[in-house]
Amino acid sequence: MSEFFTTAPGIALIILAQCLLVVGFVMISLLFLVYGDRKIWAAVQMRRGPNVVGVFGLLQTIADALKYIVKEIVIPAGADRTVFLLAPLTSFVLAVGAWAVIPFNDTWVLADINVAILYVFAIGSLEVYGVIMGGWASNSKYPFLGSLRSAAQMISYEVSIGLIIIGVILTTGSLNFGDIVRAQDGDMGLFNWYWLPHFPMVFLFFISALAETNRPPFDLPEAESELVAGYQVEYSSTPFLLFMAGEYIAIFLMCALMTLLFFGGWLSPIPGLPDGALWMVAKMGVFFFFFAMVKAIVPRYRYDQLMRLGWKVFLPFSLVWVVLVAFAAKFELFGGAYARWAIGG
Amino acid sequence: MGLADITFYLFAVTVVLSGLLVVVSRSPVHSVLWLILAFLSSAGMFVLLGAEFVAMLLVIVYVGAVAVLFLFVVMMLDVDFAGLKAEMAKYIPLAGLIGVILLMQFAMVYGTWQFSDGYETRLNSPTPDLTQIQNTAALGQLVYDKYILLFQAAGLILLVAMIGAIVLTLRHRVDVKRQDPLAQMFRDPAKAMELKDVKPGQGL
Repeated sequence: MSEFFTTAPGIALIILAQCLLVVGFVMISLLFLVYGDRKIWAAVQMRRGPNVVGVFGLLQTIADALKYIVKEIVIPAGADRTVFLLAPLTSFVLAVGAWAVIPFNDTWVLADINVAILYVFAIGSLEVYGVIMGGWASNSKYPFLGSLRSAAQMISYEVSIGLIIIGVILTTGSLNFGDIVRAQDGDMGLFNWYWLPHFPMVFLFFISALAETNRPPFDLPEAESELVAGYQVEYSSTPFLLFMAGEYIAIFLMCALMTLLFFGGWLSPIPGLPDGALWMVAKMGVFFFFFAMVKAIVPRYRYDQLMRLGWKVFLPFSLVWVVLVAFAAKFELFGGAYARWAIGG
Repeated sequence: MGLADITFYLFAVTVVLSGLLVVVSRSPVHSVLWLILAFLSSAGMFVLLGAEFVAMLLVIVYVGAVAVLFLFVVMMLDVDFAGLKAEMAKYIPLAGLIGVILLMQFAMVYGTWQFSDGYETRLNSPTPDLTQIQNTAALGQLVYDKYILLFQAAGLILLVAMIGAIVLTLRHRVDVKRQDPLAQMFRDPAKAMELKDVKPGQGL
């Protein structure tokens, strides 16, 4: 039996099983993330939130998903049918595909590629197509306006996310997530992680991630007071479910990125405690809590404020930060905190 | 035929087919979408070559930024593309002629091409050993160490082009109302609002 797993079909089978494992983890966490999001939101507004289906309403998301699936798919007259249905698929498939390179533990990664962080960035820059295609193919005014807004917004914040990532890459000297996390290992626990040397960038990355995933307070593509629901107006049933799921998976991916880039991935915060995938999942959960809290307590931005923040505040700030990090890495300032590749940390 | 060969032919056929569909598809938005498929497939071919860094850059720059702007412009254009397509029929003989001439020139060059001795080592000399160094680092050494001046000059030329485009299209308009975020933030609530006691039936 063990010989079979060294032949080509056997290896293919193993890879398939690993893929299913990662997708299964993402889908199951999706069910409870949506529930958690609604519960946190409700708690802030002093409501009960979902509490009927299952114990504490834990199965509410499953009920909702079933309801979406059995509803009728309505395709508006004059819509471009193929592109209309392709858009939610794109959005969902890309969001799931990006998880291929996310490591959960030292060797627990589906595809351990050299340019993992660029891969995630590339997939992230493709996600805008789901929104643009959906808005255009609906052949309706509100979706179209929503998709135009979204295109401009996602491209603007991608720029600052890219520059923030460059700072981390400079410090690590590698584009591989495993190397980035291993570079944060040390005997001081959580004070070895990148949040300390890259302190302001943690906040910039978090805010850019909010804008990149169209989360409140930057949910202008689907601002209900202006655009009804933006690019999602004409969608119903499973296509809408796919849009929704893709959005949440992208948000969870951003939580994973925060964890890997700035908070030491699977490393334990206290020296002495064992490292492990549990730390990784726990940290991701904490960041998702912040995402949910921001949604609950912050009012929506105006569109011109959003663009101003992206291009006139975040872009110059992160650019200057890249230059500073480059200098600190080159001359190994601060005990080599910015040049982990040089001191072999 | 191994898996790599099958994948190569899959990508190659997709590139050629989607390239053809860019030209012949009826709607310009569909053309751009086919173009995106062509970009993605050629990124796949770069991965097969072992140049994963170039593949990712192709996706990030061309698909993630350039094609989005294409799509942005094409979606908002109100041009009679059907009319333009009808006009195209007139020029097909000319296009065919150009194509035939190009093909003949390629054939002539290829027929008389002679490789000098030891061309393979010279061809590979800029490429370091891929088992020793990742291609990201190899590219970095080429661009930032060996050819830093040329690379920076190319960047400066692009910057000049960008500034030129902005200067050409910049119009200072005085008749529009602008948002001034600082003025908005420093507004004093005490001065901005005024409470009035409105008598019933009188109004202000």
